[in-house]
Amino acid sequence: MWEYTDKVREHFLDPKNAGTIDDADAIGEVGSLSCGDALRLFLKIDEDGLIEDAKFQTFGCASAIASSSILTEMIKGMTVEEAEKVSNKEIAEALGGLPKEKMHCSVMGQEALEDAIRKYRGLEAAPAPEGEIVCKCFGVTDLQIKRAVLDNGLTTLEEVTNFTKAGGGCEDCHGRIQEIITEVRTGKAAETSPQPEKPVKLTNIKRFQLVTKTIEEEIRPALAKDGGDIELIDIDGSEVIVSLRGACVGCPSSGHTLKDFVERRLKETVEEAITVREA
Amino acid sequence: MSSVYLDNNATTMVAPEVREAIMPLLGEEYGNPSSMHRLGGKSGLFLSQAREKIAAGLGCDSDEIIFTSCGTEGDNTAIFSALESQPEKKHIITTRIEHPAVLNVAKHYERKGYSVTYLGVDSKGHFNIDEYRAAIRPDTALISVMYANNESGVISPIEEMVDIAKEHDVLFHTDAVQAVGKIPIDLKKLPVDYLVLSGHKIHAPKGVGAMYLRRNTPFRPFMLGGHQEHGRRGGTENIPGIVGLGTAMELAVKHIDDENTRVRAMRDRLEKGLMAAIPDSIINGDTAMRLPNTLSIAFKYIEGEAMLLMLDQFGICASSGSACTSGSLEPSHVLRAMGVPFTYAHGSLRFSLSTYSTDEDIDIVLKELPPIISRLRQMSPFRRGDEGLDWVDDHDH
Repeated sequence: MWEYTDKVREHFLDPKNAGTIDDADAIGEVGSLSCGDALRLFLKIDEDGLIEDAKFQTFGCASAIASSSILTEMIKGMTVEEAEKVSNKEIAEALGGLPKEKMHCSVMGQEALEDAIRKYRGLEAAPAPEGEIVCKCFGVTDLQIKRAVLDNGLTTLEEVTNFTKAGGGCEDCHGRIQEIITEVRTGKAAETSPQPEKPVKLTNIKRFQLVTKTIEEEIRPALAKDGGDIELIDIDGSEVIVSLRGACVGCPSSGHTLKDFVERRLKETVEEAITVREA
Repeated sequence: MSSVYLDNNATTMVAPEVREAIMPLLGEEYGNPSSMHRLGGKSGLFLSQAREKIAAGLGCDSDEIIFTSCGTEGDNTAIFSALESQPEKKHIITTRIEHPAVLNVAKHYERKGYSVTYLGVDSKGHFNIDEYRAAIRPDTALISVMYANNESGVISPIEEMVDIAKEHDVLFHTDAVQAVGKIPIDLKKLPVDYLVLSGHKIHAPKGVGAMYLRRNTPFRPFMLGGHQEHGRRGGTENIPGIVGLGTAMELAVKHIDDENTRVRAMRDRLEKGLMAAIPDSIINGDTAMRLPNTLSIAFKYIEGEAMLLMLDQFGICASSGSACTSGSLEPSHVLRAMGVPFTYAHGSLRFSLSTYSTDEDIDIVLKELPPIISRLRQMSPFRRGDEGLDWVDDHDH
C-alpha cells in the first residue's frame, strides 16, 4: 500500500475541478491509455492572460488524479507567465510529497500545463518537445529525461524511471538513460548534442521562454551551489538584463560569471546574438 | 468499519482453529524437537502429527513432506534440487505466467548458462500442449508449471503435462500455492516430483510452508545446516507455524466441498452482477477451468489503483492486475502474457474469496463498485469510441 499524504487522499477522493470547459482557450494533453495514465487539462484565460478557470480529466492512479486536482487549484488566478513557472516539484510539494515511485504523476501535470500554454500561445505548429525517443515503451524523449534530471537533481536510473517512467517497461533503454544522466551531470549535454530547441529565428515570446527556462533550470541552480543567485530584469531585443544576487553581489569574479557562464550558456541554448549585462 | 476481505489469493486470515492449535506452542510447549528430554519429545510429537496431516491432505506419505518457511523457499529448493542433481542437463521448461519465485530462479539459471523455454498462454490463459511437448529436449532437467494461476485463477492441465513429462523421463515441479485448499489434489494419482504449498494462503500464519518430494526423487538441500527434516532442510523447525499448517490442512480438506459449491456460487454471483451492471467490462481468463474462488475482471478506461483506493473507503479489500509503480508500470506479466489489451489491462481487478466470505460481502461489492467505476470513468479523458485516440501519441505496441 502506498503511503499517501492526507492531502493526496483528499484530492483523490474529492478532486477539485474534475470535468471539462466547453469554451476552453487551451487544452493541454499528455499520456495515453497504453501508458497507464493520461491527463487532459482545460484552461480558460481572460484577455489579460489571467487563468480564470482550470479543469481536468485524468486516467490514472490516485496520485495522478490528486496531482491534476491540486494543479488546477494552484494555477487558478495565476497569469500564464506565472503558471508556466510551476514545476513538477511544486506540484508534489503542494500535495505534501508523493512516494518517489509516483513522482512521474507530478511531471505529467507539469507537462500538460506546458502543453496547454504552448497551444494558448499558438505554438501548436512546433509543439511537443522533439528529440530522440529513448524509452520506446512509454515514448519518453532524451529532452524530457534531461529536464527531469536537471529540475530534480536526479542521479540514478531508478530516479529517472520514478520521475519520467522511462525505463519502466522492457528496460532496453537503461544504458542510454545512464548515458544521459552522466551527460547532464558532467555538463556535457550542451557540447555533445545539438539543442533542438534552438531555432534559427526566434519570436520574442519564444526567446523570453528560452531565456527564462535556461536561467531557472540551469543557471540559478548552478549559482546556488556557491550561494549566489540571479534575477531576470528585462529582455531588450537580444540583450538580456539581469541582476546578480546573494553571494554574487560584491564577488570579485561576478563579472567573470556574467560573461563566461551566464552569457555563454544563453548563447548556447537560446541564440548566438544574446548579450548579458547587469541592471 | 467492518472489512470485506476479498483478497484471499494474496493472503488469508488465520482460522480460529489454527490460532487455537498454535497457542500452546507460544506458551508452555516451547521445546526443541531435537532435544533429548520430554519437552523436546513433545515438540517432536507435534511435528510428526503435523507432517501426517499434510500428507493426508495431499495423499502422500509423511516422509515425503518437508517443512519450509514459505512457498518461495519450496520453489527455490525444488528447482535447485532438480538442476544440481543433474548437472549434465542444462535446459529448463517453465511458463511466462509463473510466480516470481519460479520466474526469477529460472532467469538466474539462464544467466548462469542454462537455456530456458518460457511457455506462453493464449487469451484464455491456456498453454499449447503441442508447443509444450515439442519443447522437451534430451537435456531438459526440469519442467516447472504452476498448478493454478494467482491472478487469473486459471488451472493448468497438470495431469496431462505430468504424463507427457514422464513419457520423456523429465522431473516435474508444480507451484501449487494457489491450488491447495481450493481444488482437490491427490498425489496418489498425480506423479509429480515436487509440489510446493504455502501456509498463509490456506488460513495458517505467514512464515511456514511445505513441499512434497516424491520418494526417490533427486534432492539437494537448499538450506544447509543441522539434521532437521532428515537432513533435507537445516534450521530449528518453526513448530508453531508447522502445527498451524497441519491444522489448516485439515480444515482445507474439510472445506474443499464448500469451496467448490458455496464459494463458487458467490464468486459467480459477483461476476454476473458486475458484468451486468458495468458496461465495457471483461473477464480475464477461461471461466470454466478456473479456481472456484477467483474473479479477474477488467474495466475499460480507468486504472486499477484508483479503483482499489476507492473500494478501500468502503472497507473492501481486493487487488489490481497492474502495479502502477514505476518499476513495473506495465500491466502484470500474467495479463500481458494473456494478451489482455492495454485498454483493459490497466483497469483489472482481482477478487479472491474464501470459505469465510459471505453473501453480504458480495452484496456490498455489487452495491459499491458500479458507482465507483462510473465516477472514475466520468473523470477519465477516454470514452467508449475513443479507441482511435489520435489526440495523444498512443504508442500501443
